[in-house]
Amino acid sequence: MAGTLLLVGATSDIGHAVAARYAEAGWRILLAARDPARAQRNADDLAARFRAEVTLLRLDILETDGFAQVLDALPVLPDTVVCAVGELGDQTRAEGDMTHAEQVMRTNFLGPALLLGLLAERFAARGSGAIVGISSVAGDRGRGSNYVYGAGKAGFSAFLSGLRNRLAGRGIRVVTVKPGFVRTRMTRDLRLPPLLTAAPSEVGRAIYAAAEGGGRDIVYVRPVWRLVMAVIGAIPEPVFKRLRL
Amino acid sequence: MSPRHAVAGSEARNLRPISGWGRYPQAASEILAADAPATLPALLHGRRGLIARGGGRAYGDAAIGQRITVLTGALDRMRGFDPASGRLWAEAGITLAEILRTVLPQGFFPPVVPGTQFVTLGGMIAADVHGKNHHREGGFGAHVEALTLLTPDGVPRSCSRERDPDLFAMTLGGMGLTGTILDATLRLRPVESGWIVQRTRVAADLAAMLRALEQDGEATYSVAWIDCLARGPSLGRGLVYRGEHAGREACRAAGRDPFPAPARGRLAVPPGWPGWTLNRLSVTAFNALYFRRGAAMAETPALVPWQAYFFPLDGLQAWNRLYGRRGFVQHQCVLPPRGAHAVLSEMLDRIARLGSASPLAVLKRLGPGGGGLSFPMEGYTLALDLPANRATFALLEALDRLVVAAGGRLYLAKDARQSRDTFEAGYPDLPAFREMRRCLGAEEMLASRLSTRLGL
Repeated sequence: MAGTLLLVGATSDIGHAVAARYAEAGWRILLAARDPARAQRNADDLAARFRAEVTLLRLDILETDGFAQVLDALPVLPDTVVCAVGELGDQTRAEGDMTHAEQVMRTNFLGPALLLGLLAERFAARGSGAIVGISSVAGDRGRGSNYVYGAGKAGFSAFLSGLRNRLAGRGIRVVTVKPGFVRTRMTRDLRLPPLLTAAPSEVGRAIYAAAEGGGRDIVYVRPVWRLVMAVIGAIPEPVFKRLRL
Repeated sequence: MSPRHAVAGSEARNLRPISGWGRYPQAASEILAADAPATLPALLHGRRGLIARGGGRAYGDAAIGQRITVLTGALDRMRGFDPASGRLWAEAGITLAEILRTVLPQGFFPPVVPGTQFVTLGGMIAADVHGKNHHREGGFGAHVEALTLLTPDGVPRSCSRERDPDLFAMTLGGMGLTGTILDATLRLRPVESGWIVQRTRVAADLAAMLRALEQDGEATYSVAWIDCLARGPSLGRGLVYRGEHAGREACRAAGRDPFPAPARGRLAVPPGWPGWTLNRLSVTAFNALYFRRGAAMAETPALVPWQAYFFPLDGLQAWNRLYGRRGFVQHQCVLPPRGAHAVLSEMLDRIARLGSASPLAVLKRLGPGGGGLSFPMEGYTLALDLPANRATFALLEALDRLVVAAGGRLYLAKDARQSRDTFEAGYPDLPAFREMRRCLGAEEMLASRLSTRLGL
């Protein structure tokens, strides 16, 4: 059954791959981006490839005051929302620059959590809907190399976990996605191990399967990440704090 | 990942050794990755010695920047497709495989396809690739209606046969040296299925081979495999494959789905494969078997999937590793029809005597060419792979002299080693191309290893 997808973060590589997977399945697509002009090529791509009905709208994840208004203006309350917003930021800079640190935390946690929280209320009133948050394995345990980003993602993961717990049995599905490494603009300067690195299209397929097919609640796109994070989680803190990670 | 993250400044500055599909030569280049067409002007601003790289399927050094290589993989969006007219507008970094995946189920096929589907739209235009239908349809560029070119002044320009026609013409086959192609519009052909009706004919020697290719003037597709190790009376023997798009009825009669889902999973050649496995003995044995098997099936039309007819090598991932660490070169020339028989005999005899040719040798008939630096011209084109070593280079020097004497030329997208003299003798439009580069201010800014080597 094809419905309507709201994708938040429509210029993101992962976001576009998610939208493509839904469009392929015949869904109507609402693309929300801070700068809709930059998302136009993604909207065109979905229409050209899949003859999808695509609507572009403006939403800035930092303008939390405007969320209700944006949702009120939607042509239809979506069946599924996927939040692909995220900002890796610059850890070193964030250590000395509070403004940058605050922006990274707000972009990865505050904005996405408040927006999905608001949508959750509307989905609960209707009695149906799926909420997908793209979080990160970086939120599973804080590491010296990216803990500002990781803290934001940890908060987001906890929020999604609570939402899922509260809405279980009320017809609302909440999915937390921890993609691991993905080949995107965000990571293209990093050297990534091939076996741990997914293509955006893999993430798109995994999210569609989890949200619409009723798979796992917490999705690690490449299953090996579940193991990797279990090991990282099991390292005692006195040892962990001395590791360069 | 996020809109907020994608602000400028996230450009890579790493020096990496890269090579073309033949893995020869290898050169260090700075790698820059394009984000989106709109941000490319800012990314390239003020830089010199750069060239765009699409699928990396040019064999030699055409897509290795003199200093900077610009990866275009992120420019892979379709901007519009009209199923009524078959007109497709897409960004330059989209691969032929992605185009096919989208348009074939809707009953369309690209007007011209090269031997692999892992090339990009921009690469196909820059090399003005040809297919097995050049004798009827011309090169890929003939089907491009318009394109957007980022010229060295930093301004994206739309050009077509009406608008900026000289720049448009020189960009088809221009190897990315007139500007960086951002997007293009082309017309696709309607097809009733993804199947090809293939008819195989046996050619016992070179004369029979050329006759068979001439007879295929009316065929939609025609290509020959040639046994490069056969000598004496069998010199130039091979198999000629004629192909036609299968109609809906033919598929139904054969009990085939007209547009079957593509099969997943491909075999791959592992890294570190030793190059000695391709030797005179193994290739001679392979060729003899292949020829006999083809001869046994000859004359019976067979329904084959489009992948098998057009892209047989795509079934074997990383087949370029077959030649081992030192890599290989492909020699592809075109010879005018007059006197081609004598020249081809001489070339094939020398190749067979050296005995290190790969089993992958192809002969095709080409129609009239498109000018500029575009490779195709009326005549026969022979392509063969050889291991990159001293004996090969000596042989190819000799072959080049035969090609030049015959009034032929070599394909830049395959080239890794031709001399400047050979190149200049083969391309009469070269002075006009150089002049255009000068006018555009492209000489300093756009430079590949190939363009520097050949003095473009």
